[in-house]
Amino acid sequence: MNTKEYSSEQIFKLLSEIPDPEIPVINIIELGILREVKFVDEVCVVVITPTYTGCPAMKVIEDDIKIKLKEIGIDKVKVELVLSPAWTTDWISDTAKEKLRAYGIAPPDHTSVDKKVLLGKARDLKCPLCGSKNTEMISQFGSTACKALYRCLDCKEPFDYFKCL
Amino acid sequence: MTLQEAKFEYLLRLGDSSLIIGHRLSEWCGHGPILEEDIALINIALDFVGNATSILAYAGQVEGKGRNEDDLAFMRGEREFRNLLITEQPNGDYANTIARQFLFDTYMFYLYEELKSSKDETIAAIAVKSHKEITYHLRHTSEWMLRLGDGTVESHERLQNGLNDLWMFTSEMFDMDEVDAVLIKDGIVPDLNKIKASWEKRVHEVLAEATLQIPTTTFKQKGSKEGKHTEHLGFLLAEMQYVHRAYPGAKW
Repeated sequence: MNTKEYSSEQIFKLLSEIPDPEIPVINIIELGILREVKFVDEVCVVVITPTYTGCPAMKVIEDDIKIKLKEIGIDKVKVELVLSPAWTTDWISDTAKEKLRAYGIAPPDHTSVDKKVLLGKARDLKCPLCGSKNTEMISQFGSTACKALYRCLDCKEPFDYFKCL
Repeated sequence: MTLQEAKFEYLLRLGDSSLIIGHRLSEWCGHGPILEEDIALINIALDFVGNATSILAYAGQVEGKGRNEDDLAFMRGEREFRNLLITEQPNGDYANTIARQFLFDTYMFYLYEELKSSKDETIAAIAVKSHKEITYHLRHTSEWMLRLGDGTVESHERLQNGLNDLWMFTSEMFDMDEVDAVLIKDGIVPDLNKIKASWEKRVHEVLAEATLQIPTTTFKQKGSKEGKHTEHLGFLLAEMQYVHRAYPGAKW
């Protein structure tokens, strides 16, 4: 099949079927990882950006993209990793945030980086399971680089919080 | 010294420091004092190694001899490494690790804050990305400085000992040479005296709040800029580079 049969917009749409390997309820577009699809000399260039510099999911995502494109007959694929502009949790769409909540992960607030930094107080977070604000942070670092660990003091359930970055 | 040579050298300093301290932290995997800390330290280790990957990849491009980030990480000997001496110091007990991380995180936090406005676009992009992560690291270590310093007699003593032991490695963080001079002139890197002032202020504040004493050691250990390391780096590299060297070109 010839690459010219597809426009970059169509491919972008197709790639929305790829879920994030670690949070499979949202896809790589909703998460803001997929930045651009373009054709350069017959090569399909897919531009992605990591959530965290050391995110181990990037390699998996790269492979998923190549497999997906191979399925529709596009073999000449180059996946480019860009760092600028730096990924921010503000790029996670509102629909995706709702999906995160339903999945049991408290979504990030719309504030980007907390500049106050040092010894900042943990923010009041709503428990994604029961909605209570009576929660506390267990650890700044959770099951993946992008999450912190909290617990709800009412329903007693631990939950992940998608950190603002 | 040409701009290209200076840039390559500087990138090795940045990248090697992140790589080595990241590897040190990864040694805590499965040994953390509590589960949350085990996870936290490994998360932070991952950030450091990620940062090193970006920087060393760029260093390879700047050098222009076809070396990639893996070649630079795994195929250089200890005298070719430019990481700060503090980054290769053994983990010791948990307080010791926290002391090391705090002193280095504070340095990295202010250094990368300045590198964000580097005239070199790639360095600036990496700095913007990494600074967000370092912010979390520094918050984490600062909190532990308070918990251990202002905690029990035992935790206080251990942390104070850790600080005393590491203090002699802090001064070389701010040493500058021809490499810095060349790059400062072009607005690529900051003057480290500026970083030093912010570093001292922050370190003194946190130590005071944690009821810790500023170490009185005046001895200054240096050498990393010439590739002269403490005896610990060789052992670290032997472990870190073993697989890559035993199975050259291996892929999976």
